[in-house]
Amino acid sequence: MDWLYMMMPISGVNIFWPGLIILGLGVGIIGGFFGLGGAWMVTPGLNILGFPMAFAIGTDMAQMAGKSLISTMRHGKFGNVDYLLGIVMLIGTVIGMEIGAQMIMWLERIGQVDKVVRWFYVVLLTIIAWIVFADVAKRRAKEREAREKNQEVDKLESGFDWGKRLQAIRVPPMVHFKHAGVYCSFWLPICVSLFTGWLAGILGIGGGLIRMPALVYLIGCPTHLAVGTDLFEVAISGLYGAASFTYKGRTELVAAIIMLAGAAVGAQIGVVATKYVKGYGIRIVFGMAVIGCLFSVLFRQLAAELPSMANLFTVLATIDVLGLVSLTAIYITIRMLKGAKAEIAAKKRAAGN
Amino acid sequence: MTTLRRLGVAVCALPLALLAPSLAMAAGGKSAPIAIVADTRFIDNSLMHWWAQMYNENHMAFALMTMVIIPVLGVILGVVADFFMRMTGIDLEKRELAEK
Repeated sequence: MDWLYMMMPISGVNIFWPGLIILGLGVGIIGGFFGLGGAWMVTPGLNILGFPMAFAIGTDMAQMAGKSLISTMRHGKFGNVDYLLGIVMLIGTVIGMEIGAQMIMWLERIGQVDKVVRWFYVVLLTIIAWIVFADVAKRRAKEREAREKNQEVDKLESGFDWGKRLQAIRVPPMVHFKHAGVYCSFWLPICVSLFTGWLAGILGIGGGLIRMPALVYLIGCPTHLAVGTDLFEVAISGLYGAASFTYKGRTELVAAIIMLAGAAVGAQIGVVATKYVKGYGIRIVFGMAVIGCLFSVLFRQLAAELPSMANLFTVLATIDVLGLVSLTAIYITIRMLKGAKAEIAAKKRAAGN
Repeated sequence: MTTLRRLGVAVCALPLALLAPSLAMAAGGKSAPIAIVADTRFIDNSLMHWWAQMYNENHMAFALMTMVIIPVLGVILGVVADFFMRMTGIDLEKRELAEK
């Protein structure tokens, strides 16, 4: 069975290469569906496959850039990408990430910040999960109210209308993001992306997990547009991250290329699935993925805090990530296959008539 | 909604409470930078050997090559995947934009 293992030229580790394809496939599906880079899934995944942590992050960044580019191409054809909004957001993201990274370096000089950062991550994920589900509850309450009045809620209406309120702040210059259907101050996406970039920089993550809900709840983007636009940003910021890590010699390109082969297929499944799932469907599954991610970070933190039970919590974190990735990817694939089957059957019926 | 808000506050407060001891106990030194060198002695494949050699000799060229290869490969794989997806008969250009 030696042929199933491949020697990585830079890190010198022998890797089970089908595992890389499976990991790429899973993260391609999930990333394409939610608009995420998926570093929180890939980095521990690569680590489990045998990569030293130093190479896991850089390799993840490289594959993330390529995978997000593939997903953006597909989302772009659906009209799910607002390139202008993506570029404007990128300005704030890059500046915010740099401020966050500098702040972390400053904190490192003061003392050990790893634990603090991880707890901060836990708090942030908790807030995101709460926002997602509170928004779902609010939308349902709006529907109930409307039914009582024999009315219907607009199909693009959200539970929370923070986006609309922020759009109403008319600080010039005003910009019309046509694809996203957002007319707002130029400073709104700049401020939001600066904030999300700063958070991502502090946490040392790509930031899709924060930016996608920020696009929905703070900018007021429709969910599908938020997913596509965020992926466009992830592709560019991922390339920048990959350049930085590669220059420091922390990227195993061969592994990233193998992962991309799986991710190319996964991205098609994930993106096409968004065609058959409405905005709130994406939001609910995203909320559940955030909760899964939250538990994985929590287990890793508990492993660090309680050394006597470190093994147990490490195993729990691994099971959580693997279980979450597998179940979410399977769910998205089923939704995509069911939707595609129904669409093709409807086309055949129409052709027969 | 009030119950949901209370639950949210409680859930947010728990990690914040757990964060306090970590903040108070934060102390320690910065880790030293590591120099990584690829071991080319056991690489048989000539392409892999050249790649590892470039990593050892010129990090800038290694980074630039990676920066070119990743997007080019991404576009190629995207185009190939698109070709196969079109054969499925799914409409890949239209979708309904609806939240619910």
